[in-house]
Amino acid sequence: MAGMAKHSIIRCQDLSIGYQNKKKVAVIASGIDFSITQGTLVSLVGSNGIGKSTLLKSLTAMLPTLSGSLQVDGIEIIDYSPLALATKLSVVLTQTPASKSLTVLELVSLGRQPHTNWMGSLSQNDKEIIYQALEDTDLADLKNKNCFELSDGQLQRVYIARALAQDTPLIVLDEPTTHLDLYHRASIVTLLKRLTQEKNKTILFSTHEIDLAIDISDKMLVMTPQKIIFDSPQNLIEQGTFNLLFPNDLVVFDKKTGRFSVT
Amino acid sequence: MIRHTKNNRLVILLSGLLVVVACVNISLGSVAIPVQEIFNSIVDTPSKSSWHYIITNYRFPKAITAIIAGSGLAISGLLMQTLFRNPLAGPFVLGLSSGASLGVAILILGAGVISGIFSTFLLNPWSLVIASALGSFLVLLAVLAATLKVKDTMAILIIGLMFGSLTGALVAVLSYFSNAEQLQQYIFWSFGSLGNQTWQGISILSLCFVIGLVLSIFSAKSLNALLLGESYAKSMGLKIKKNMLVIIIATSILAGGITAFVGPIAFIGLAVPHLTRQFVKTSNHFVLIPAVALSGAILMLVCDTIAQLPGTVYTLPINAITSVVGAPVVIWLLVRKRKLIF
Repeated sequence: MAGMAKHSIIRCQDLSIGYQNKKKVAVIASGIDFSITQGTLVSLVGSNGIGKSTLLKSLTAMLPTLSGSLQVDGIEIIDYSPLALATKLSVVLTQTPASKSLTVLELVSLGRQPHTNWMGSLSQNDKEIIYQALEDTDLADLKNKNCFELSDGQLQRVYIARALAQDTPLIVLDEPTTHLDLYHRASIVTLLKRLTQEKNKTILFSTHEIDLAIDISDKMLVMTPQKIIFDSPQNLIEQGTFNLLFPNDLVVFDKKTGRFSVT
Repeated sequence: MIRHTKNNRLVILLSGLLVVVACVNISLGSVAIPVQEIFNSIVDTPSKSSWHYIITNYRFPKAITAIIAGSGLAISGLLMQTLFRNPLAGPFVLGLSSGASLGVAILILGAGVISGIFSTFLLNPWSLVIASALGSFLVLLAVLAATLKVKDTMAILIIGLMFGSLTGALVAVLSYFSNAEQLQQYIFWSFGSLGNQTWQGISILSLCFVIGLVLSIFSAKSLNALLLGESYAKSMGLKIKKNMLVIIIATSILAGGITAFVGPIAFIGLAVPHLTRQFVKTSNHFVLIPAVALSGAILMLVCDTIAQLPGTVYTLPINAITSVVGAPVVIWLLVRKRKLIF
């Protein structure tokens, strides 16, 4: 399309995802079509076990796709070397058994790995990017703390700062608001919103907080058992898409309030 | 950066301490030799030729073996703790030492099956090292393959333990079918000993150590990334399989090679990385590797100095001393911190 003002950072065409081994193929979702432009905040919602994590793993090349096209910044994802992809795409994963003896500064500095030499030595430019990432996430005062001294909300910000230090146009986060209270959930998503607006980052995150996602996202990916729908929150509300998310016996979506309620 | 110079100073301090401990180690023994004479025997002929003989033929080789064994085992422990992200990992716990023992047992005890000239060829130091390193490499590979299937850090320890018992059982079967002389040879090896190394043996040992150390240093950046787990490491552009293989090879060459010469030595690999983390306040492997290597060498020399019971003719088995020193240290750390920082 010639009139497209913004550059598409991730694009799927007729994509199928799932798990494959020698014996069988388990398709989780197929016919996935969407395109995310630069500087957009996109949330991915869907019920438990629908395959949100599988989709994120496929989009971040941790899981090979089954068929169709998946392009990151105009190039097929399988054509990237691991190192080249690491300069396009960074991730924030659900808590892994990572070492918590690292200091905040050390953990955030690890984000520079794709850009440094074999010794990982940091240039002046690397250090500036690291300090900027700490500033952007309000962590400058905590930089010498060990990670085991931090609260869950602070730790989540540290991982976001690490992704920022990796300095990629696209950041993918897997349930960044889990285990956080309302205030800290809001602080994380407003941080993400700010990064898309001020730093022109493209951010895709999965979440169970549908209300919060509707309020803040530019676009939403809604995973239903039938298909994956990509649109703006307003359009999705009008089309009644959110009622396809869950069985209708316990919760219904109210178009007027834009909220779920228990029947 | 302040942190940087502080770490440099620490490495220099540890190196100094190592020299002091090495001098004490060489000078003490059944016969006490003045420290002055140690320097004399390096640059010049010492005043008493018997001292010179003891130093060059007995104490120097033993001190060098202790330094290499201590730092090599400590590095291999560090690599495994990071690779498996498990504070309890170490060459002994994960069954690496058992794997090495099995390799050596097959060589020594199995040599009886193939008799004659062939068996003397089998028992030269090179084949001992290869058998031992191969044994630990295979066990480590099996443990890693199992952990890739079972994504649980506790399961790794159980799997390591199982491999340990399995190889122990195989060694027992082998012992049953071998003659008294071979059995004695194997049992003496399994007690662990730093002494009685030939200079040829020491040069093979040094070669293993240098290869293992170089591979570890080249893996330091990937080890730092692995602190965040495999998925993060991969997302930062690391070629996971290749890097893990290099780390495993380094570990097996270090643990396997050292075990071949000095026997299975307990606790150094597990305890030294934890001890070092108490005073090195960083998880950066470019700092940790040299610090752990120096601390391992120092602790091993101290253990050896105690083992030779200065002033007496008795020498205790080194394995007993490392356990007596190592076990309380780990317990003390756990009780004091209420958890292991890792």
